[in-house]
Amino acid sequence: MSNEAALLSVEGLVVRYGAIEAVRGADLSVRQGEIVTLLGANGAGKSSILNAIMGLVPVAGGRVVLEGNDVGGEPPEKIVRRGMTLTPEGRRVFANLTVAENLSIGAATRRDRAEVEATRSDMLELFPILAERRDQLAGTLSGGEQQMLAIARSMMSQPKIVLLDEPSLGLAPQIVDTIFELIVRLRDRGATILLVEQNVELALEIADRGYVLASGAIALEGSARELSASGDVERAYMGAH
Amino acid sequence: MDVVVQQTVNALALGGTYALLALGLAMVFSVLGLINFAHGELMTVTGYAMYFVLTAGLPFEIAVLVGIVAAIATAMLMERVAFRPVRNAGTATMLLTSFAVSTILHMLFQNLISARPKALPVPDWMIGALNIAGFDIGVIQLMSISATALLLFALTVFLRRSTLGIAMRAASLDFPVTRLMGINANMVISTAFAISGLLAGVAGVLWLAQRGSVDPLMGFLPVLKAFIAVVLGGLGSLSGAVLGGFTLAFIEVALRAFLPDDWLPFRESIALALVILLLLVRPEGLLGRKEAIR
Ligand SMILES: Nc1ncnc2c1ncn2[C@@H]1O[C@H](COP(=O)(O)OP(=O)(O)O)[C@@H](O)[C@H]1O
Ligand SMILES: [Mg+2]
Repeated sequence: MSNEAALLSVEGLVVRYGAIEAVRGADLSVRQGEIVTLLGANGAGKSSILNAIMGLVPVAGGRVVLEGNDVGGEPPEKIVRRGMTLTPEGRRVFANLTVAENLSIGAATRRDRAEVEATRSDMLELFPILAERRDQLAGTLSGGEQQMLAIARSMMSQPKIVLLDEPSLGLAPQIVDTIFELIVRLRDRGATILLVEQNVELALEIADRGYVLASGAIALEGSARELSASGDVERAYMGAH
Repeated sequence: MDVVVQQTVNALALGGTYALLALGLAMVFSVLGLINFAHGELMTVTGYAMYFVLTAGLPFEIAVLVGIVAAIATAMLMERVAFRPVRNAGTATMLLTSFAVSTILHMLFQNLISARPKALPVPDWMIGALNIAGFDIGVIQLMSISATALLLFALTVFLRRSTLGIAMRAASLDFPVTRLMGINANMVISTAFAISGLLAGVAGVLWLAQRGSVDPLMGFLPVLKAFIAVVLGGLGSLSGAVLGGFTLAFIEVALRAFLPDDWLPFRESIALALVILLLLVRPEGLLGRKEAIR
């Protein structure tokens, strides 16, 4: 069952909140260099999966395997040090910290100052608006800018894999396009990405593979091409209700 | 004119002590959501540590150093032994735990040392006054003001410049996401307690130098004042805690200086009434946020 070539594989993951079973035995995997998207309606359990992978909520069953190591149950700070990070739903930038400080803290796990500065100029080049706003408080940025900052902040730790939780949430369509272009550029620079989305069309456009989650279980999986060609995604979505 | 300068110096000195204490409370509150009612006992620990060092015949400077280190160590120990095990049990549980810690420490002081005050003689050079630009300024007041200024400056640099400092500010805004940055939760909380211990230790030395004695309950009044300062400044705001400390001191000193004699017994109540009035106008405190960002 376990995929040896996978950078991250999740096997039979269960997440519970008290009596509620939000995720009921989900399997998924992400290989080096891929964009994999995890789709599903509101409340399907997408964030629960990402939060459990990162150790923010307890893993009630199953395994989370990163580069061959079972990291299930480890605290988030330890998992980040292993090279996996999450850009959380709703961006959650540190509003009372400046843009520059938000980026600095993203690199808190790294010791080499020169290398950190190299990543920082990399990110400021990729997200030029952040360079313009570097001394502004993050709370004063627009939603799209905050999303860019949240992604850049995650990339400051030079993760092997980054989990993005609904980067399009609450953003105008034009801004969403920009964000998705940036995600593709990140992949082109070698990033591996697990992308949680409700924007099915756009997500399948940039992803290599996809999974559809309905009521806490994987209802459908396949290559992005297969998924967008068939009408099954819509049907799996409907199945959630 | 002379009176105004003199009283301003008094208010700054007293405000500095309140500010240091309030800042320690606010520091812990900002990362943990806990008002640590055992905070005042850190000052008492400083007092007894100084008392033992002085009794052993060592110089006052050593006693100050040991006193401050003792407060830092006690603060970190409190976190490790009492608060960490109940950290996920909610703020009410932590609050009750801090009452318990405070009570246990009182009992230990009373039973292992003494219920009665122990004298803490300060060196002669601290008792006098210096003449600065024609004004006689007490040495202890001068020390209070400079120690406060120095600590506030150092803390600001730490919080602005160091990664750990930025992490502590981040943790006060969004703790889970701070952990997503790879920052160790225990490290941040432990550091907050260490800083609160340092601030309480220094405040303790300044307070004790004025009083000249230490007793088991001495921490109660100053920590009550610090708590008022924190609320006045805006719960959760560090600069608010400092501003609250100075505001409270200025109110108290002004009342003591300018109230008619037969009103003096009521000055604490009048000070509190003024604080309540300020809070009625600004319920979120002087520098508090109107609502949480999240
Ligand atoms: N902290 C929580 N406590 C209780 N229930 C939760 C919590 N977080 C999520 N849930 C529930 O778990 C289910 C899945 O939620 P979530 O993972 O956020 O879904 P999605 O990200 O797909 O919208 C929902 O029914 C939600 O109400
Ligand atoms: Mg979600």
